[in-house]
Amino acid sequence: MAAHLSYGRVNLNILREVARKDLREFLDKCAGSKAIVWDEYLTGPFGLIAQYSLLKEHEVEKMFTLKSGRVPPADVKNIIFFVRPRLELMDIIAENVFSEDKLQSSRDFHILFVPRRSVLCEQRLKEQGVLASFINIDEYILDLIPYDGDLLSMEYESAFRECYLENDQTSLYHTAKGLINLQALYGTIPQIYGKGECARHVANMMLRMKREFAGSQNQILPVFDTLLLLDRNVDLLTPLATQLTYEGLIDEIYGITNGYVKLPPEKFAQKKQGEASKDLPTEPKKLQLNSAEELYAEIRDKNFNAVGAALSKKAKIISAAFEGRHNAKTVGEIKQFVSQLPHMQAARSSLANHTSIAELIKDITTSEAFFDNLTVEQEFMTGVETDKVNPYIEDCIAQKDPLIKILRLVCMQSVCNNGLKQKVFDYYKREILQTYGYEHILTLNNLEKASLLKPQTSSRNNYPTIRKTLKLWLEDANEQNPNDISYVYSGYAPLSVRLTQVLARPGWRSIEEVLKMLPGPHFEERQQLPAGLHKKRQQGENRTTLVFFLGGVTYAEIAALRFLSQMEDSGMEYIIATTKLLNGTTWIKSLMDRPESQIS
Amino acid sequence: MMKSKADEEDYWNSSKFKAFTFDDEDDEFSTLKESKRTVNSIRCLVEEDDDKEEVEKVSWNGEPVSSNSWSVSETAASNQRAEREPAFPKINTVTISKSHSGYSLSSLFKGETDGKVSLTGSSVLMMSSCCDQDYVSDWSPEETVHRMQQGKVVSLEKFRSLQDKLLLLDSCVAAHDGNVITAVLIYLKRTLSKEVLFRELEPRQTALSHLIHYLTETRDQRLLLELLRYTCLTCFCFQLLQYKEHLSIADENKRRDFLKSCLSLPFSPEDSSHVQDHYTLMERQVIIETTDRRAERGEKVERALILNMPLITTLSYCCLYHYSESEGTFSSPLNIRQTFKISEKQFFVTALGARAKLKAWSDVDALFTSRNWLGFTRKKSPLGFQRVVDILQKNSAPTQVLQDYVALVDDAELRITLAQKHKCHDIVINTYRDLKDRQQLLGYRGKVERGSGEERKIDELLNNLQIRWKN
Repeated sequence: MAAHLSYGRVNLNILREVARKDLREFLDKCAGSKAIVWDEYLTGPFGLIAQYSLLKEHEVEKMFTLKSGRVPPADVKNIIFFVRPRLELMDIIAENVFSEDKLQSSRDFHILFVPRRSVLCEQRLKEQGVLASFINIDEYILDLIPYDGDLLSMEYESAFRECYLENDQTSLYHTAKGLINLQALYGTIPQIYGKGECARHVANMMLRMKREFAGSQNQILPVFDTLLLLDRNVDLLTPLATQLTYEGLIDEIYGITNGYVKLPPEKFAQKKQGEASKDLPTEPKKLQLNSAEELYAEIRDKNFNAVGAALSKKAKIISAAFEGRHNAKTVGEIKQFVSQLPHMQAARSSLANHTSIAELIKDITTSEAFFDNLTVEQEFMTGVETDKVNPYIEDCIAQKDPLIKILRLVCMQSVCNNGLKQKVFDYYKREILQTYGYEHILTLNNLEKASLLKPQTSSRNNYPTIRKTLKLWLEDANEQNPNDISYVYSGYAPLSVRLTQVLARPGWRSIEEVLKMLPGPHFEERQQLPAGLHKKRQQGENRTTLVFFLGGVTYAEIAALRFLSQMEDSGMEYIIATTKLLNGTTWIKSLMDRPESQIS
Repeated sequence: MMKSKADEEDYWNSSKFKAFTFDDEDDEFSTLKESKRTVNSIRCLVEEDDDKEEVEKVSWNGEPVSSNSWSVSETAASNQRAEREPAFPKINTVTISKSHSGYSLSSLFKGETDGKVSLTGSSVLMMSSCCDQDYVSDWSPEETVHRMQQGKVVSLEKFRSLQDKLLLLDSCVAAHDGNVITAVLIYLKRTLSKEVLFRELEPRQTALSHLIHYLTETRDQRLLLELLRYTCLTCFCFQLLQYKEHLSIADENKRRDFLKSCLSLPFSPEDSSHVQDHYTLMERQVIIETTDRRAERGEKVERALILNMPLITTLSYCCLYHYSESEGTFSSPLNIRQTFKISEKQFFVTALGARAKLKAWSDVDALFTSRNWLGFTRKKSPLGFQRVVDILQKNSAPTQVLQDYVALVDDAELRITLAQKHKCHDIVINTYRDLKDRQQLLGYRGKVERGSGEERKIDELLNNLQIRWKN
């Protein structure tokens, strides 16, 4: 069911099983038949943990989405609300409960808060006078959700915003708890490195939590050798750039949510002879994307320009395999061929899907607009004229291109110039407010607070130094057969991943100067292991590092880390964890104050 | 397989209401039986591992999180169905919160308006519980916070002095757990006077942010504004929080008046001018909208609404319907340009788009005309002529209009490309002639209509012996 989680270096399926066990325990606490009322947002993350079969095993007979009015009739003993701790949801729940009482029914109510209970919410329920109606009020700690064989996500969308705009570090507390949980399953991680304010906080909390339970020693042989905590604000540049890997582009263009993508259906229509085009599907095509699909695992981290070749190679292999039937002469041979058929069929449909997706993406990447945008991005990243008003951005504003596109570019220019000249800054600000509405003053202010868009304070721009020292830009990156991580952005090597790479070899001491230019402290901590748990490493055995991106990570960064894991001489394998998978658009959106009002 | 599939459908869709499905990764192959077996086998596995996992859990959490915890759940748990109020409980709300515990919002506010700081009685127990065996009165602030994080029973009552309370606040802020910070803030808000609370929060930015968030969420506008007024003396960004309120006002007149009230807030100089502009714009939109609605009654075509639209959209509207008005009126494009200091380029693009939409080509032409001091007219544009052609073409300008502007594109290559795209044959031909490119001209002959004027013109050129062709 989730085999792809256990193929990696670290068996992340264990984590999933624990989450499933907790879920079963809660369900069993509410004895008898039940219906679940879902906060719709949670269904995605839960889908990564459990399928409905598990729920049905535990007498869940109906499922509804949470909405005002009353809970639809269902002949069950228990009604369980699965909700995030949000006040507006509490009001809906209260309404549900009130309407229920009127019917004189005898159903029991329960609430399961995900990921945690909240004082505020329970207070609101009490205020509404329904708190006493609940038999169980519980929490389901869903901190780190296994996403793929080497990837964990908290699916905590607002983490960056909360930490940097709202001064609310609750997400860090969850992170620390999640990591302590992880250590309970996979052993104490002996070495912790970090860069950034938030990283420092998380490490401190982890060490304190561990001290508080000094009594019970963790007797599990450590699976991870190193934990690296990285603040997103150490590298604000990377998410702003357009990702150029296959998976990255799918996310940029169509958006991947909880491992699923919705695509325009036209390209996926089954073409049958003699059928008119009237039956074209109108529902978007929904596909799950993860390493369980062999072909996808192979191509997702490639630069998009190398995907076409990979697909045609695959096509040749598959058609050769189908041709194999002509060579099957004996009964045994035929039998063997037939036994491989289902696998071959699956491979063929997978190939068909990805060929269609690649075609869709190619239409966009070959467009003039995409090319122009990319050119400007690359100019900024290489430091060309970042101190002037950019005519392309100006034109885009005049054409009323989507606001987020403008903000991504302007922020990128600001980050690459260590802040914009006051005149340039004021000019952009005025143009944006006049064209998109004055209320976006709030959004601009948020971006300023997050240091994404700011006026220059010192005359010194240290971005060029950082770029040169860390080799963030490589001319003629090899997209087909990459030899450096910069292939994921066709030239730009993500700063965050470069930091990770340097940490492994030759170590951060070699880049002290640059580390000082980046925000927040950098540090190293060691956690004592009980005697006997020190790993005896085989010659040539790789070490394992867990890289935790606080505030989000992009698919291109993940691709770069996977590339490092696969490099023969790197000697390091990476497991990636994050608060949320993001791209420039979703990231900027999470920082906006009225994202819904972006007028096109 | 088919049957179980049908079963599943039934299971998920049997309700008339919107149900949904998890997307099973393997719905092609899994049958219910199989998944049942898998789940069962997993259960065995898990049970074997149970002991180990239990130990692990305790090691970081002290005790299972779900065991009885905040007082609220205890009330709920003890309150079995038999005890539940059978009647419509709305009427009881107030009494319940009053008698049971003191931390419902309504009662908190009563305390506040009286201006009294009460420390007495059971009413102020935060998260207290009925099982006193667990209650030890001398927890340190750190221990208290820690216990709260674990969902254990805690009394905040013993933190009486201001100093103790602040120690408690600081240690929960250090724990970064927003849930606990909120709980402590509710207690402080309940037991400290506003003045003291505000004063102490000012240097504690994290706690301050949490309180602002809390007041926003609970819609305690009065206290929030007081807090903002108090703290805004030191920090600019809180003015924006108040400004943000305008977004939730639907009525345009109220919204405008609210914006006006924002003008007096001490914004930073740049923000202040933007808020001023916002108000001015809104004021004008209301006036224009009212006048135009009245005037429009005779008209057939309904105009788009401009209320709450951005400035440039408003300008575009005025370029459509109020283009030739004198500079004195509110709706005159020139007046708007002046008032809001719209850049030349923006104004130009907007006016061009609007006039082209109305096919007012003479207005379009006039936009480009500038006279130099000798009195000659020539076409000038703050925008590349390529973009101009683009905008005109999007508004389906006829070829004879387009070619005037294509001809003004400086770069010969670009000019030819554009001219070919828009079928401005004359320009293509003339440019090839100027480039003395006989081959290209010859090639282009095949693209124009047989026997047309263009073909004749090309032939004339090709036969012209005066031209020194480069190829």
